[in-house]
Amino acid sequence: MKFLLKKDEMFSFMLPEFLVERRGDRCIKCRVCERQCGFGVHSYDEMSNTMRADEMKCVGCQRCAVMCPTKALIIRPHPSDYRPNANWTREKIQDLKKQAESGGVILTGSGCDKPYRIYWDHIVLNAAQVTNPAIDPLREPMELRTFLGRKHDKLEFAFDGGEIELVTELYPNVQIETPILFSAMSYGAISYNAFKSLAMAASEYGTLFNTGEGGLPKELRKFGKNAVVQCASGRFGVDPEYLNVAAVVEIKIGQGAKPGIGGHLPGEKVTKPISVTRMIPEGTDALSPAPQHDIYSIEDLSTLIYALKEATNYEKPVSVKIAAVHNVAAIASGIARAGADIIAIDGIRGGTGAAPKIIRDNVGIPIELAIASVDERLRREGIRNKVSLIAAGGIRNSADVVKAIALGADAIYIGTPALIAMGCTLCQKCHTGICNWGICTQDPQLSKRLNPEIASKRLVNLLKAWSNEIKEMLGAMGINAIESLRGNREMLRGVGLQEWELEVLGIKGAGE
Amino acid sequence: MRGFEKVHDACGLFGVIDRSGSRFDSDMVVTAMKNMKVRGNGLGGGFAAYGIYPDFKDYYALHVMLETSEVRKDVESFLEKNFDVVNAEEIPTNLEANVFRPPVFWRYFVMPKNDEGDDYVVSKVMEINTKIDGAYVISSGKNMGVFKGVGFPEDIAEFFLLHEYRGYMWIGHSRFPTNTPGWWGGAHPFNILDWSVVHNGEISSYGTNKRYLEMRGYFCTLLTDTEVMAYAVDLLMRKQGLPIEIVAKILAPPMWDQIDRMDEKSKKIYTALRITYAPLLINGPWTIIVARHGEMFGITDRIRLRPITSGEKGDLFFVSSEEAAIRAACGELDRVYTPMGGEPVVGRLYKFEKAERRSQRGEVFA
Repeated sequence: MKFLLKKDEMFSFMLPEFLVERRGDRCIKCRVCERQCGFGVHSYDEMSNTMRADEMKCVGCQRCAVMCPTKALIIRPHPSDYRPNANWTREKIQDLKKQAESGGVILTGSGCDKPYRIYWDHIVLNAAQVTNPAIDPLREPMELRTFLGRKHDKLEFAFDGGEIELVTELYPNVQIETPILFSAMSYGAISYNAFKSLAMAASEYGTLFNTGEGGLPKELRKFGKNAVVQCASGRFGVDPEYLNVAAVVEIKIGQGAKPGIGGHLPGEKVTKPISVTRMIPEGTDALSPAPQHDIYSIEDLSTLIYALKEATNYEKPVSVKIAAVHNVAAIASGIARAGADIIAIDGIRGGTGAAPKIIRDNVGIPIELAIASVDERLRREGIRNKVSLIAAGGIRNSADVVKAIALGADAIYIGTPALIAMGCTLCQKCHTGICNWGICTQDPQLSKRLNPEIASKRLVNLLKAWSNEIKEMLGAMGINAIESLRGNREMLRGVGLQEWELEVLGIKGAGE
Repeated sequence: MRGFEKVHDACGLFGVIDRSGSRFDSDMVVTAMKNMKVRGNGLGGGFAAYGIYPDFKDYYALHVMLETSEVRKDVESFLEKNFDVVNAEEIPTNLEANVFRPPVFWRYFVMPKNDEGDDYVVSKVMEINTKIDGAYVISSGKNMGVFKGVGFPEDIAEFFLLHEYRGYMWIGHSRFPTNTPGWWGGAHPFNILDWSVVHNGEISSYGTNKRYLEMRGYFCTLLTDTEVMAYAVDLLMRKQGLPIEIVAKILAPPMWDQIDRMDEKSKKIYTALRITYAPLLINGPWTIIVARHGEMFGITDRIRLRPITSGEKGDLFFVSSEEAAIRAACGELDRVYTPMGGEPVVGRLYKFEKAERRSQRGEVFA
């Protein structure tokens, strides 16, 4: 803590966010907390043989509390508060003070934490009773296999001399064994070990991970057939091999956490391996423009889609990822007509490695409403089968997955859940480059805390657990294949929703 | 009443065809349906009979249900405007029969004006059903007709004096709805042109199937599971021209672990079918019998949650929910066969069978 100020130096008026409580009867002064905290909260004072804590630096990531061998630490929101005020909350006052002291845009990490209505929690699922037998997934087959890509309206066959031939040549489709994919998280935003863990887990389980916009390191290209490779506004790491080793090529237009905002990986984070992977000089800022500067209109998007298809010999589905914004349905319809095979839609609660807090918390719409209105719009236009829909941003458990698919998604992207599985505690300090869990950092001392063998096991466990739960929910509904859930809004009912919300979601109220 | 709720029901199904094309009366089908009395609850019974109007075989036979006598004028002026009507008569009924509030039934033998064909007839039928209040076309094929209503099947048969008709193929249905009041139009079979469908089951993929069919221009006005079935079959067989052997693998496809073990060629075909027609996988417990001129087939869901059995005796071929019903109708049988889930059993006129063989459909779907 600073008490000595230079002339004209500002004294900070901020309150600490977290209270660090150390139970003296348990603390053995082993200094594990000191070594574990990348933010420098804990220190040891040799003179007095005591452990100290600088609470102003604490982000509440709980690393020290988890690692403390005697469980002597309790980290909790700081009780010191301003006079209660429904309008001026502690967060609003603190943010304002922070800006008064810095004059800057407040940055943050992870997803919007504001209490916009979480529709998942107002939707309940159906189950079979009497007229329809429930199916036990432990005894009967239960199928989650999903195909992503454009589908034909119909198939043509030729019958010749007792032989049957499929005449129609299918569009490229990618097979995944569960409708759950890992969301875009770039090498640069997350550590090499975290990135590799995602690749390993996707490969082991038979699903896809997404490289984000930071390229795919050469030695990880063996995971290409489980990779969605992004081509974003900065074009980092895009080369012919990168496109061709992938399962899916994704054009990133927007991100749920920061619709309309580009990216900025500060030069300090652009280490040697990152500079090689991104194909930019070491130590330079990696700036992703807000728009793709060759896409100012829908026909420009179409040009890029077909350029990527040309580059990959029409062998891979091309995905377009957009943030869920107000007229998302019309935009999605345009994207489908522009030639995309997959549309990924990222809701307001989607995560980020760094975004202006004001954008993260105020721009975009919830994914539940977005996916429902896009699915309905595409059906009304008779083009739903031309694209697969991936819902992203705000999925927290397997029930959310089931609800998203019943609303109309083909599959879902998970970002935050995957990070949590690896150890993330949503401290929202991804943008600082310090992550005590070794996930969102390029500091070798911190990132080596994440062992890819173990972290990928955690991710596989997550996929397995959710898949098993999805099977249980399907079986209860009397359904034994995931495709029979897709767009099946009969399986959903709303609780505590208004008429317009039920209308947009296309579901009935409970009891109806 | 036409609700906006999905109908939950269970049922008894039966179908019989004389593959030589000889016509016979309704005895067998009525006896069989009576034998499966516990499968119905008296809230719906019906029959489709093929080959019953040889004198008018080139004309579309419209069976029209009229809820009030006034509505007949609207129907007839509509028909006069769009069709040449060669014959119009009230369908003879026995008002002594034990049925629930019967409406009036008329039949019209018609030919579309201006050489229009099947699609025109379909659109006009849809127009009557949706635009003329209180009038419903319950069947619209040539040389066939549907007779259905609220009551046990044997009572419906008695009401329509079914013993007076002779056809080469009959299907019957007994209904056990769990939540709908009796509405005559809600009984099975469902029909469009010469396609008739009877169905036993509840479709857990209803929402998925319905929304896919809506995208293809089919609007489910009756909101029953059966309607979804009928439209799916119409889309795949009539519009897309796929043979029953392939349609069966769309409605009730094999499991992925079975497909994974197939040879490369079969794997490719089955995978393409599942990818393309995923929204038409009919999930949940169901059995259907679908009939059109010259053939009928029965099929049950992929994990066989509802019963179906077939039987043969000479030229006669039977499909039924229960073997007992077939034996009640026919006595000794030459052969009884119970198919696996998703395996269609097909009964065809011999002359159709030969045509089928000529087209040499592949053995992949044997």
